Amino acid sequence: MEQTTCFHCGDNCNTTIISYNDKNFCCNGCKTVYEIFSENDLTCYYDLQSSPGAIPKEIEGKYDFLSKDNIVDKLTEFNDGKTQIATLFIPHIHCSSCIWILENLNKLNPFITSSQVNFGKKTVRVTYKSETCSLKDVVLLLNSIGYEPYISLDDFKTGTQNVNRSLIYKVGIAGFAFGNVMFLSFPEYFQVDGFWIEKYKPLFRWLMFAFSLPVVFYAGRDYFVSAYKGLSSKLLNIDVPIALGIAVLFIRSTVEIAFDLGSGFFDSLTGLVFFLLLGKFFQQKTYTFLSFERDYKSYFPIAITKINKQGDETPIQVYDIEKGDRLLIRNEELIPVDGILINGKAKIDYSFVTGESEALRKQSGDKLFAGGKQTSGVIEMEAIKSVEQSYLTQLWSNDVFSTNKEDGFTTLTNTISKRFTIIVLSIAFIATTFWLFTDPSKAMNVFTAVLIIACPCAIALSAPFTFGNLLRIFGKLKFYVKNASVIEQLAAINTIIFDKTGTITSNKRSTANYDGIALKPSEELLLKNTLRGSNHPLSRTLYDILDEHNIITLNNFEEHLGKGIEASHNNDHIKIGSASFVGSEELSVLNTAVHISTNNQYKGKYTFYNSYRKGLSKLFNSLKKQFDLVILSGDNEGEFDNLKKLLPSKTKLIFNQKPDDKLEYIKYHQTEGAKVLMIGDGLNDAGALAQSNVGIAISENVNVFSPACDAILDASKFNQLYSFIKASKSAITIIKWSFVLSFIYNIIGLYFAVTGQLAPVIAAILMPLSSISIVIFTTIATNIVGRKLSKS
Amino acid sequence: MSVIYILLSISIIVAILFFIAFIAAVKSGQYDDSYTPSVRMLFEDELVKEQPKPSVKSKKD
Repeated sequence: MEQTTCFHCGDNCNTTIISYNDKNFCCNGCKTVYEIFSENDLTCYYDLQSSPGAIPKEIEGKYDFLSKDNIVDKLTEFNDGKTQIATLFIPHIHCSSCIWILENLNKLNPFITSSQVNFGKKTVRVTYKSETCSLKDVVLLLNSIGYEPYISLDDFKTGTQNVNRSLIYKVGIAGFAFGNVMFLSFPEYFQVDGFWIEKYKPLFRWLMFAFSLPVVFYAGRDYFVSAYKGLSSKLLNIDVPIALGIAVLFIRSTVEIAFDLGSGFFDSLTGLVFFLLLGKFFQQKTYTFLSFERDYKSYFPIAITKINKQGDETPIQVYDIEKGDRLLIRNEELIPVDGILINGKAKIDYSFVTGESEALRKQSGDKLFAGGKQTSGVIEMEAIKSVEQSYLTQLWSNDVFSTNKEDGFTTLTNTISKRFTIIVLSIAFIATTFWLFTDPSKAMNVFTAVLIIACPCAIALSAPFTFGNLLRIFGKLKFYVKNASVIEQLAAINTIIFDKTGTITSNKRSTANYDGIALKPSEELLLKNTLRGSNHPLSRTLYDILDEHNIITLNNFEEHLGKGIEASHNNDHIKIGSASFVGSEELSVLNTAVHISTNNQYKGKYTFYNSYRKGLSKLFNSLKKQFDLVILSGDNEGEFDNLKKLLPSKTKLIFNQKPDDKLEYIKYHQTEGAKVLMIGDGLNDAGALAQSNVGIAISENVNVFSPACDAILDASKFNQLYSFIKASKSAITIIKWSFVLSFIYNIIGLYFAVTGQLAPVIAAILMPLSSISIVIFTTIATNIVGRKLSKS
Repeated sequence: MSVIYILLSISIIVAILFFIAFIAAVKSGQYDDSYTPSVRMLFEDELVKEQPKPSVKSKKD
């Protein structure tokens, strides 16, 4: 059978092909989107990129809450009664076609005045006339063309968020001042005396002074603040010598020009601050489309349907749910609060909460926990707790989520800076004492010169540029790290803890073993054809695993919900499904299995196993030499034997762990000195990811949500985890070498300073030279590491 | 007055004007999204190709 791909979404058209306008579509949804576009002359959408679309989803009633004014108010950033502006997050935005179609929304609905896409953030900002077009209309329109916006409880905050751009301003100001000061100090570099320079010298100097004011008091302010904080908590961090250097530079220069003693060091001062801020700027690599700070709010819906006493259905804000409220949960909706099932067939997928992959059936009267996803039909439930008090959300009241991991971690730079500051200060005092006895007039000069030249600009730049560059290299290899200190912590870990479901297994369960009486070819044929008609996930998986067979027409086909399917062809009769359904007396086992009987004779069963990620054993074998390895799973022990075979023998396997068990496990081992790297995927790992020294979330699709963590690793790069850790360790080595390099510069500078020969021009040459050579060294070195990494 | 004062003040005024322009650009959010504009500027051609049709359909539910 030749594979036809859908013109709209690019998926394979497996069972049905819908032709329209000589184009093939995989489903009516895709065809409808094409129709909408072609009616409105927007088919350019398909010229920019081939098959860029997504299948529009069925959303009956899902967005009813958008007709509530108080909810709309929270979601819009501007609303004057006539015009509303809303920014919507659309995960599907991925190519130029997306930008084009979303910015032409006004062609589809004339009441939308403008729409602007931010590709990096995957958002579209829509301005529309609210008298004739509501937010709900906009959302429904977006959904009808396959761009369903993602609206979660996280969006539920008033006002626009302030973007912090202060670092750009600071870099701008420092750069601006640096350039101007350099121009103004040039005349004095080349001409020491003479009528011309004598006349204009004061003007140049005071202009330089004026330019350096905003640099010291605005751009360099953070260094003073940080140094003060460090000192008050009795820490000599790297900002202490920097702040000292800046202060001494500024005061000495001002004194020099005020008493006409010299030209001052304004060039070095502005240059220093400019380079330091550049380092800070470079270290910041933000992945605007990723968020590392997510909690349950990004998973939860904003509103849910409430059934009041009269039986009317009204949308209600999730925060307003009270004990005793009756709620309607539709298929694929998330249960927002703990409650009791009233009626309906509940099949709850708790994979978010527990990591347990199997959906659970619930009877009316059973307790339902927040975070579960209903997967079959509509149910009614009664809330017994509010959102914040629910079992899952309580996890977030744990202290771990409010502590900042960086606080308890001393960086390499700060460790060095402690000794460095002490050494520099002692050199300064010794040299000053020496000069006090030989030539007291020079003593103050030497003291300040030592503090100026020893200002650890190069040391302060080593780590930001090394980590900043590595952050970018990791990003290209689909390992998205939150910030530089994560790389440093990653280099220090000694224990690695893995979650099982979704982390070391891939989301598709694609292996099944058959045991029982061998099936005859005619039976296999019947089995395959029976499965073909069923939409149950297990049937679909099994169907994909079995060999291709001819298509036959079944005489009879019947699906028994929750039990299995039966079918007959000619004289053969087959039953596929649960053990009791096919007549097997086998007791329930931990693994998922599909049982088969033909003509009322039990044949055997297909047992499904998790399929593990590629290269799993290889990864574990390379990791086992250096790290303690643990598997911490929320799932049952069904996979124990399988994992034992796959993984190195010393790997600890621990099953049936609840979210807070995982957190406690890590906490306990940390008190024993373990530096823990946690690798997980779901909300159930959120506590563990926050507690660990480094928490990495594995994600099949980085645009989809992952819990709060320090880094996000694309699932396809899972087997390269060891290389990433190795690269982080190399980064530490690079930084140590650049420290050595900057010490050499410092020793040269200190020679000039201690002997009392430090002229402004020497400082002005030495400072940029050391900084730039450090930047070049770290950049080249990290690129070599990066090249090795992308080869492996 | 020596010409150097005039030159100096001109150069500083020009520098400050550019600086203000930079601050204004940052403030207006020009640096927030550095990717989309580069794609958007290529779209102009496609838009011209379309003829405004009288039957602009409004999708309302």
